[in-house]
Amino acid sequence: MSENHKIIEIEVLRYNPESDEEPHLEVYKVPFTDDMSVLQGAQYIKDNFDGSLTFRWSCRMAICGSCGMMINGIPKLSCETFLRDYYPNRIRIEALAHFPIEKDLVVDLSGFIEKLEAIQPYIIPKEPKTLAEGEYLQTPKEFNAYIQFTSCINCTLCYAACPQFGLNPDFIGPAAMALLHRYNMDSRDGASASRMELVASEEGVYNCSAVGYCSEVCPKHVDPASAVNINKANAAKDYFLRFLSPKGGSK
Amino acid sequence: MSKRKPYVRSMDGWWKKNPYFVEYMIHESTALFVAAYCLVLLVGVIRLGQGEAAWNGWLAAMQSPLSVLCHLVLLAGAVYHTYSWFKILPITMPPVIVGGKKMAPEALTGTALAVAAAAGLALLALVWRIAL
Amino acid sequence: MSKYRTRSNAPIFWGLFGAGGMLSALFVPMMIFITGIAVPLGFLLPAGTMSYPKMLAFAQNFIGKGFIFAIISLSLWFCVHRVYHSLHEFGIHAGMGAKLLCYGIAMLVTVVCAVGLLGLGF
Ligand code: SF4
Ligand code: FES
Repeated sequence: MSENHKIIEIEVLRYNPESDEEPHLEVYKVPFTDDMSVLQGAQYIKDNFDGSLTFRWSCRMAICGSCGMMINGIPKLSCETFLRDYYPNRIRIEALAHFPIEKDLVVDLSGFIEKLEAIQPYIIPKEPKTLAEGEYLQTPKEFNAYIQFTSCINCTLCYAACPQFGLNPDFIGPAAMALLHRYNMDSRDGASASRMELVASEEGVYNCSAVGYCSEVCPKHVDPASAVNINKANAAKDYFLRFLSPKGGSK
Repeated sequence: MSKRKPYVRSMDGWWKKNPYFVEYMIHESTALFVAAYCLVLLVGVIRLGQGEAAWNGWLAAMQSPLSVLCHLVLLAGAVYHTYSWFKILPITMPPVIVGGKKMAPEALTGTALAVAAAAGLALLALVWRIAL
Repeated sequence: MSKYRTRSNAPIFWGLFGAGGMLSALFVPMMIFITGIAVPLGFLLPAGTMSYPKMLAFAQNFIGKGFIFAIISLSLWFCVHRVYHSLHEFGIHAGMGAKLLCYGIAMLVTVVCAVGLLGLGF
């Protein structure tokens, strides 16, 4: 076999809800070339060894956010992680940590989707304008205040990196908070007070103990940890000053 | 009938699974060192209130080799607390904008550590002045 | 989602935690060095730095008193907050009892410290 057909061992955490009580590891010997991603390794297994291996993917270019998995215990996008970087060692792939495993590498994201809905992820204008009144203008400075938090691709690697989410699945968590912060910081939006109920609640930001690993693993440099922590200060302000504010803050 | 049976993995031992979490647990534990020292200090406050003899007894106890050794350990813990507290400052604090740009995390941590060093030295200088 | 949410009262404890963490990060290492190492070993600082009259005067001074009180009490709030969270992190969900015990210790230290310092007079 030539130089460009090395063999790497890929250990996969398998779980079939119809037949298994719990997940188990299986090892596959995968021939690979230097340009092959971990995702392509999984595809090779599916095409050649076991067609029932289940995993999500779409874009193969780190933008759809669907191919996240634990690679040697670290949450990563499998389409931008390369087999060559692990060779000659064995590589272990598992479903994203902290989420329930649906089948093999696919996790149940319904809790995350509910959280995304709960943050009111759309601009709620301060004063609605009619079409005739024209568009909402924004300066570059106002744009810069939130642009970083728009880069999230909902890959949920940050949830797989967050032990507090693992310990309390109700915690709103990093990506949903980053998106919430994105709308709060938008000069065209006026709904931060109504989002505060969630931020300041038992499910809110105070579940975070500033581990910071979420920002470390984020492939898009969203820095969700910063969004969570800035909102601790905001929620504290709201907690202590709500009696002074004319509207009484959130409940 | 649904064939779904989502499997929830246990969180047992999560802090051992990643070096990042091990470091987190270590820096969290530094609070115990800080608190232990504050309790020593609290005893000092109480002894001070009991008069000169009691205070001198506390001072003598602080001179025992065991005490000095313990304080060296506490010092190491407290220094690591200072370091780790400011290491995570870039995520715990709202962004600092300098010249229209967000300050880099390393610069922010560096500045904060410099401030901490200055605070410590100012305290030392103050104690020196009182002592003379 | 129109689920009713309870407001968390964490800001109180989080505020005390943050204040204690910050204050101790700034001053505690040097304080340990002074009271636990330099003075006991007679190293660097002049002899009698922590003599009875000097320390009494320091603790009777308004600022000195406030400083000692803030360091001791806030550091304790900082510590018990972390301990309380760590219990949860280690999978011990002791609930209300653990919360009362943790924050109760900080409260007790705060009171003892305040009484002790006020007892020293001004
Ligand atoms: S914040 Fe980053 S890690 Fe989290 S879902 Fe968005 S892109 Fe992924
Ligand atoms: S396949 Fe789209 S992000 Fe990896």
